[in-house]
Formats: sequence, C-alpha cells, structure tokens
Amino acid sequence: MIFPGRLTSNLLLSSILAMALATPRLAAADSVLRVAMTAGDIPITIGQADQGYEGFRFVSLSLYDCLIEWDLSSADRPSGIVPGLATSWEVDPEDKSRWIFHLRKGVKWHDGTEFNADDVVWNFERLWNKDAPQYNAQQHSDAASRFVDFKGIEKIDDYTVAIATTDGASLVPYNLGYIAMVSRTQYLKLNGGWPAYAKAPIGTGPYRFDKVVPGERMELVKNPDYWNKDRIPKHDRLVLYPMPEATTRAAALLSGQVNWIEAPPPDMVPKLKSAGFDVVTNAYPHMWAYELSFRDGSPWRDIRVRKAANLAVDRAGLRVLLGGMMIESYGVVPKDNPWYGKPSFDIKYDPEAAKALMKEAGYGPDHPAKVTIAISPSGSGQMQPLPMNEFVQQNLAAVGFEVNFAVKDWNTLIGVMRKGANDPSAVADNIEGINFSRTTQDPYSAICRFSMTGQITPKGSNWGGFSDPSIDTVCDQAMTEFDPAKQTELFAKAHAMMVDQAMMVWIAHDVNPRALSPKLKGFVQAKNWFQDLTPVVVEP
Amino acid sequence: MLYVLRRILYTVPIALSVTVICFLLVHIAPGDPLQMMLPDNATPEAVSELKAKYGLDKPLPVQYLVWLGHVAHGDLGTSISTGRGVADELSAAIGNTAIIATGGAMLGFLMGIGLGLVSGLCADTFVDRAATTIAIAAISVPHYWLAIVMTIIFAVELNWLPAIGIGPGGVSLSWEDLSHIVLPVLTLSLIPMGIVARTVRGKVVELMAMEFIQTLRAKGLRSFGILRHVVKNAAPSVMAVMGLQLGYLFGGSILVETVFNWPGVGFLMSNAILRRDMPMLQGAILILALLFVVLNLIVDLLQTTIDPRIRRRG
Repeated sequence: MIFPGRLTSNLLLSSILAMALATPRLAAADSVLRVAMTAGDIPITIGQADQGYEGFRFVSLSLYDCLIEWDLSSADRPSGIVPGLATSWEVDPEDKSRWIFHLRKGVKWHDGTEFNADDVVWNFERLWNKDAPQYNAQQHSDAASRFVDFKGIEKIDDYTVAIATTDGASLVPYNLGYIAMVSRTQYLKLNGGWPAYAKAPIGTGPYRFDKVVPGERMELVKNPDYWNKDRIPKHDRLVLYPMPEATTRAAALLSGQVNWIEAPPPDMVPKLKSAGFDVVTNAYPHMWAYELSFRDGSPWRDIRVRKAANLAVDRAGLRVLLGGMMIESYGVVPKDNPWYGKPSFDIKYDPEAAKALMKEAGYGPDHPAKVTIAISPSGSGQMQPLPMNEFVQQNLAAVGFEVNFAVKDWNTLIGVMRKGANDPSAVADNIEGINFSRTTQDPYSAICRFSMTGQITPKGSNWGGFSDPSIDTVCDQAMTEFDPAKQTELFAKAHAMMVDQAMMVWIAHDVNPRALSPKLKGFVQAKNWFQDLTPVVVEP
Repeated sequence: MLYVLRRILYTVPIALSVTVICFLLVHIAPGDPLQMMLPDNATPEAVSELKAKYGLDKPLPVQYLVWLGHVAHGDLGTSISTGRGVADELSAAIGNTAIIATGGAMLGFLMGIGLGLVSGLCADTFVDRAATTIAIAAISVPHYWLAIVMTIIFAVELNWLPAIGIGPGGVSLSWEDLSHIVLPVLTLSLIPMGIVARTVRGKVVELMAMEFIQTLRAKGLRSFGILRHVVKNAAPSVMAVMGLQLGYLFGGSILVETVFNWPGVGFLMSNAILRRDMPMLQGAILILALLFVVLNLIVDLLQTTIDPRIRRRG
C-alpha cells in the first residue's frame, strides 16, 4: 500500500480544510448587483473591451471613462454625448482639422494619482503610435475602427490637449465616446505589459477592479471617490457573469443567483413577468435588416425589386411573433430619430403594391426573383434569426421572391460581412444579401458608413457596393459641418435619400430586453447600447 | 517496466497525430479568431496588422511548426481572444471539470456496478428488465435536456439547489459551494451509469454460465463467495469501459457545462471553437489527448495487476 490509511485521511482532511480556508467570500452586508451577460467569457480589461458593445457596456464603462461620454440618464430621448474626462471642447478656429479638449481637473485614478494631459497623450499613443512601448495592436484595431480620422495628439498644457484629424472631421466628439482612458502609472508600475495590466487594471471609472475568475466571473467594487458624485454606484459590488445560454440566464435569475440578466429568452418572458420580475425594454440604436448586393446581375439593382421587398414585409406580424420584443423598422434609424428625415418612399405592409412592382420589374409567381441571403442561427444582436428570417422569407415568397438562406455560424458570417458582396467568395456562393445586425449609435455608424461610395466594403460597411453620388455629397457636407443643427439636417437628408433608394430591406429594431429582480430599483434604460448601472439600488 | 515505458513512448506519436488532425480541422473551418475581436467596420489594415501579430498570415505548416516549437519548450501560448495564458486558463478549467467529472464518474460507476450486478444476477426476470430499462434510459436521454429539466425542478421550482456555476467560494465543504456540484454531477453520472451497468450485466451473465461457477457451487461455495469470483473476473473488462468513460468526462461536456455555466474544459472549448481561438483550442486538445492516453495507460496497468493473464509481452 502506498499510503497508510491514517496518512491518506489526514492528507484529505488537510486539503479540504485548506480549500475551505482559501476560498474568499463576499462580505455579508454587501449589496451586490449580479449581472448575467450574454458573452461567452469575461471581456478583456485593458481599455477597449472585446465581446462587442456588451464588453464595453459592462467592463470598459465601469472601470474607465472616456473624454466624452454618452448621456445615459434618460429613457425618453435619444442619448447624445456629454462631458466626461473632458469638460469642454471646440474646433480650432484657425484649423478645422484640429480639436482642443479641456480636461477635467481633480479627477483621481483608482490608485489616487491625478489624471492629466500626459495620461491622455500616453493613451492615444498606446492606440496609434506603433513605436510607443505601450502600443497594443488589438486595442488599436478597435480604436481605429471607432475613430477613423485620427491623425495625432499634442499636449498644450497639463489640462489641455489638441487632437489632429486627417481632414475637417466634425464627428470627433462622438468618436471619443468609444476611447477608454487607462492608467499610465499602473502600466509602468506593473512593468509586465498588457497581460500584467489585465490582471490589475486601474481606471477613473465608477467601479474599481477587484478580481477576475477566468471563464466564470468578474468582480468590481464601487469607487466611493468617483469624480461624478451623481454616479457613485448605489450598490457596493458589481459581479459580471458570462452566460451565453439564454435558458441558463433565465434559470439563474429565477433561482435568485443573479438579479439582472441580459436578453431573456422570449418564450420565458411571460413566466418571468408572472414571477414578479421586471422585463425592461427600450428602443436603442440597432438595425436588423437585409443589406443588399448591387453587383452586376443582382436582382436588387432594380429599385422596383428593392421597394417591393420593403413593401412585402409584415413587420407588425413579425412583432407579434416576437411577443412584442421589437420595433418595426422603416429605415436605418426609427422614425422618431432626428436623423430619419422625410423620405418620399412610404414603407408599409402593402403586398399588392409589392406584387405590382415585381410584375413591372419582370418577376412573378412563375418567374420569381431568386436571391440568397447569408444569415446566422445566432450571434450578437441577431435577435431570433431563424424564425425571423423564415417569417420574412414567406412574406417575400408571397410577392414573387424565392429566397434561399446561406446559413453560416456567427464567426463565418462576420467574415462574409467583412469581405463584402463583391468578394469572389460571395460571388461564388451567389450571396446577394446579408442579415447582419448593426449599431447605429452615432451618425457616421448609422448613415455614412452604409451609404457612401468611399465606404464600400472592405474599406467600410457599405457591404453591397451601393453608390449614389448625391448621397456622397450630402454625407461629405454633414461630416464637415460643425453646426449641430445643420449637421442633423444634413444627416436626415442623407437618410431620407437612402430610404428613397430602398438601399436595404429594413425589418426590425431590437428593444434590448433585460430582466431584473424586483429587488432592483432605480434603473433607467437609456436608448443606447451602453447603460448606466450606477443608480441601481439592490434592496435586501 | 519496459511495457510501461513503451506505452509512455506511444503517447508521443498519438499526441502529435491528434494535434495535426485537430489543427487541420480547426483551420479548414471558415472564419478566424479576429472576426469576433474587431468591430464590424474594422479597416482591412487593422485586420492585416492583427493577423501578422498573431502569425495568422503565415502558411498553415509554418503556423503549426511555430506552435509545436513553443509547446516543445513548455509554452502553450496565449489565448487570442482573452489575452491570457492558455496554460493558466486550461489548468483552471481542467480543475473545475475534474471536480464534476470525478463526482459524476464515481456516482455513475457505483450506480452502474450495482445496477449491472443486480441485473446480471437476476437475468431474464422482471428486476433485470427494470434495471435494463433504467440503464438504457440513462444512455438515451439527451443530457442537455435533462440538465434543463433538473434545473427547472430543483433550482427554479423547488429552489433547493443553485441553477448555475461554481460556488462563490470555489470548492469547499460548505453546503453553499457543494450544492453547486450536485446537479452537474447527477447529470454527468447518467451515461457512465448506463454504460457500466450494461457492461457489468453482460459480463455477469456470461460468467455465471461458465463451468468454473458450477464447480465453485459444487464445492459448496456460498453466493457471496461466488460473487467475489464473478466480480474479480468481470473487473478487467469493466475497468476498461470505466477508464474510457472517465476520459470522456475529463474531456468536459460542452452541453452540460454550458447549461450549468460551469467554467470547465467543455465550456472553455465551446468558446474557443465559436471564436476560432486556435492557441486555446490546440492547447486544450493536446492536453486532453495526453490525459486520455494517460488514463488509458493507468487502466491498462490496473487491468494487468488484477488479471496477470492479460499482461502484454514486454
């Protein structure tokens, strides 16, 4: 016998005791907000979080601040931008490609050091200066996609910086809402590069980092010294769980293990409501549409076909199918958005008008317009893609389309999206449309990137290769217009032109459902991808 | 001793073959790890830069050899999607899976052996049929479905047990932490229980019909004594099956771990597959393949200890 019985039992007992003593616990008095995310893992903690906007929502904006932030205080109005670590900004009157930002004084990092202009310059260098020791290619990729016009940064004094852009870009303040400021001092102190920083991140945000258990949870604690006294968290601790399976999230909420879940499964919403949970929804900048191919030979090149498809979709019926969990879509942005404009094409459910247009275009029951749409069975922001797509497929079939689906897993669909309709792989698979949910958070994301000729994929997000010089002109004007009212007018004009061109088949906007324990009070669901968790009170 | 050395040496070509096949399979699948890391309007320059950073722009054989070189130096690399070390992530996940795999295996083996013995000793009776039905049901019921049903009953409706995850204190003797293990262990125990029960029953029925059992009876040996002989003779085959089952369980159950949100190997690999996190996937497959080989080696050695007749020529 290798181990005598007593030795074995002693070893076992000591191991068990050691495990029991080594396991940390939450203080009993802590009020804890426990959030089940849809992400498959904990988002990275070094500034620009991964896992889509969910990562930015829960990790980046909890630990960090941006120079300019999103106004998440209202559930009623579209959320604009508000001062963050910068208190004010203006474009240089001498040079419209140069922006001046005045930084907030008295802001402290979580380690007590003072925030200043050197931190901002160091942060932009970590994102754009390939020669800087703190440069991180992955973070650069994310930041460069949010702020395409960045050219350079300079410190003017301890609390003022100037940012140069490649041309007279007027959307810079929006771009800065995506760039998180991380601690230069902590990075240098740890001296272990970004892997070390990821384990002990420091920001200026409303929560301080406590710990990460990879694959399992991330724990943050409130920052009682947060510079924005109105946003000091009203709970002690925030625990984030990655929980990709929707039924698991609902079970975790029902059994009391978490008190907040993202995206409850629609078929469990009635049960959650009847059990007393709050299922909160609100419009937010999201689009679920078919983006169309304009390459040679595509039926979508004919505007009558595009208009017919828009008239064929029974959006109200689809809404019933989803238990009310969507907003009917008639453009990239909802009709109450200031950028919607006044298009002349009145999108509605009118199958007879659609049939007439199809007939005019040479299609009908005996000669349907055959199109293949790339879709995914799941994915971030894709809502309930399979039943929704089948519903739309039937709508389109009723007016003279024959829609086939090229079903790809989410990762593969992202690849199809990045390559565009003119890529040889899309041509070979005959893909003439893509169902890929999009953010429309800022005007560039909502309008210009889809419609401008210069944004044709792979450069931008104009997947199908749409081109209309008159829209290009309006977008160019809008992106260099510094008067906010005039700028909004121009974006609305561009959007109305997109609708008149029926450049996509618009179907739904998500309402971002989340279910909350009745013990949570004070949450205001903003019309935004990001949300403010700080006002949430966790009652005992 | 030579036999053991030879078996250990066998693990090298087995592990290499497994890594080559899995490496190719992972790369044949469309998509790449950068797709989900970048925003939808990432510029082609940004994508190319990241591809170069992670070596994804190199030809496949080069990528494989670079990875193998690092592994040979004991470095499993860094996860592309999380930026954390593969070895660290994997060891934590294997530890977590080991907890429920060991629990599930022990429970499944105990129930399976009991059920199989009863079934075999009462062959062709009502008891046998009932036990066989239970064993077949355990193998046939979809486990993710059972996991969801058990969660709804025990966590949601009765609120006796937690629905998800590992306990707040990890693994400890407190009921708060132990209660998290109950449902995953119960779910994982069912397949081993069914398979072991079927194997034990078959062996017992076969052995009970053999002449040496009649001889033992004729010599006046009592039922318990006969049972000892039956168990000893059935053990090598049953152990081989149990070894395989333990290996499967250590590989992690993607579905069960996903339903229970258990941060084990299955959960880790499921994420790695969805995100095409090649370093994580390759590291996990290599370690699991080695684990499987080692488990089988242990089982083989135990078999030869119990029954020297099957000792291989060394």
